[in-house]
Amino acid sequence: MTALTARGRERASASPRPRAARRAARFKESLVGWGFVAPNLVLMSLFLFIPIVWALILSFQETKGFGDPEWVGAANYAKLLADPVFWQSLANTLVFTVATVPIELAGGLGLAVLLNSVIPARGLFRTIIVLPMVISGVASGMIAVILFYESNGLVNKVLQALGLDAIGWQSQGTPAMVSVVIAAIWLRLGFNMIIYLAGLQSISPELYEAARIDGASKWQQFRSVTVPLVGPSTFFLLIMNVIASFQVFDLIFVMTGGGPGNATSVLVTYAYRNGFQIREQGYGAAIGIVILLITLVFTFIQWKTNRTRDLVE
Amino acid sequence: MAQTTSVLEIADAELLGPRGAARVQRRRRYSSERKGIVWRTILVALVALIVVFPLYWMLVVAFSPRGEVFEPGLRLWPSTLTLENFAKVFDRVPVLDWFGNSVVIGAFVTALTVIVNLLAGYAFARLRFRGRNGIFLLGLATMMIPVQAIMVAQFKLVSGLGIYGSYWGVILPGAAAAFGIFLARQFFLSIPDEVIEAARIDGAGQLRIFLQVVLPLCKPLIAVLTLLTLLGSWNDFAWPLIALKDNELFTLPIGLLYLKNQTSPDYNAIMALSLIAVLPMVLLFVFFQRYFVQGFARSGIK
Repeated sequence: MTALTARGRERASASPRPRAARRAARFKESLVGWGFVAPNLVLMSLFLFIPIVWALILSFQETKGFGDPEWVGAANYAKLLADPVFWQSLANTLVFTVATVPIELAGGLGLAVLLNSVIPARGLFRTIIVLPMVISGVASGMIAVILFYESNGLVNKVLQALGLDAIGWQSQGTPAMVSVVIAAIWLRLGFNMIIYLAGLQSISPELYEAARIDGASKWQQFRSVTVPLVGPSTFFLLIMNVIASFQVFDLIFVMTGGGPGNATSVLVTYAYRNGFQIREQGYGAAIGIVILLITLVFTFIQWKTNRTRDLVE
Repeated sequence: MAQTTSVLEIADAELLGPRGAARVQRRRRYSSERKGIVWRTILVALVALIVVFPLYWMLVVAFSPRGEVFEPGLRLWPSTLTLENFAKVFDRVPVLDWFGNSVVIGAFVTALTVIVNLLAGYAFARLRFRGRNGIFLLGLATMMIPVQAIMVAQFKLVSGLGIYGSYWGVILPGAAAAFGIFLARQFFLSIPDEVIEAARIDGAGQLRIFLQVVLPLCKPLIAVLTLLTLLGSWNDFAWPLIALKDNELFTLPIGLLYLKNQTSPDYNAIMALSLIAVLPMVLLFVFFQRYFVQGFARSGIK
């Protein structure tokens, strides 16, 4: 799209010059362009592209102690397929994603609709709901640890005051996962709300007027005007939330460390554990490659749909 | 708005004529509207309360006497306000060093990232050169890759370069980000052609056009980029965790983890340090909310 408009602009401005001069000018512009991109390209090559290739190489190697790495072919990947903890981490990642994303979407849309309507102190409410976005994952995790503390943490004390049993947030697998899910939703609700608010503000009020004249109730208006028209935002958020969920690290690292057992171990924490705690670097790199591939797939979907959206608009 | 019209109201309308009917209609809509406002406000206030509560709890624990929040009995505020947790943190760990490290690393990452992203974003939006689309796509494709996917290799690389355990080991990989390029590119695309054309006709070179004509128009963009990059760097955890080894060089998030990993973690002290770590960004957010929200939302449009 942009390439096309840029070319059009070029053609319009550079008509009567002789060909050689034009070619020289174009060469110069090319040089200038590369010059502008160079600092970023150097940094990205050094600290992103090279590590990606290196990670791929490492994933075919094994590092034993202080010796040189040894080529082991696809042994790390074979190990991966046979490793129950890897599969559990993958399953946990999926469970975490499925548990967080729909609530983030629905909650974000609900809040956006509410905050897009006439209510007092709208700005204040919006500020509060967005606020967790500037709180670090580590600090959030620490607060969650204290709130969900098993012996006499506030959440359990409230549960007991309500006549319910205290829950083993640290000692039992499912509650541990639930506590991380809640913390993650807390952190990300604001982002979903902001994106939906931007989406809502682009819907023409006349559509609601028309629906109202047709006798549509508030709920019908929501279902047949709001939901379809924020579709692009929903899709964008779906992908962003899924990517974020697949990469949840800080919260789990701080809150559960992947435990109890491996109940909250996810791909990124398992990769870290292998790469830096057990120090099986080749194996850690192989898990990293799996994460990389999954991320690329979602990025591709995101890009693909964004492009079609551009063309439609 | 459910349009349940009672028999009485129809009768009313017939008696009062068209103008009176409109008045009844208006009154009915007004009162249901007002009820709607009340309900919506209650709902939003409830959510806001739940969202803000964990932050309130951080304050409570930070200013409570040690261990009080874990005593039996439901207590929602400290019995006495105390600064002992802060005193303990300053006494036992090098908080000022950590704070300083976060500031230095944040400042360098931000300055470097913003400069480099502005340049690249301008090139992608406004300059034509061979291979432009190729690099652009490469940047787009790798933008979302988390550090955990490549951290082993990145660690080896940083060690090989001799910057492991130093500021630069955190700063340089931290500045190798593509996110800002896209934000910048979008902004530069929205600048009218005439502005740039006029400068070119005046004989200005591309660098001069960029520095003297385009950049002065980009203050909001620079504000958004600066704030978002600083936020990301300030809160970054995974990479500093890998790249730093000496206690004195820790950033605040790593310092927090250090406090928690001690044999009997003092959660009051941890909350005191959390507050110190969180406060600068909360203040920035309160003062520059518009830019933060714009940045978050922009990342959504594209």
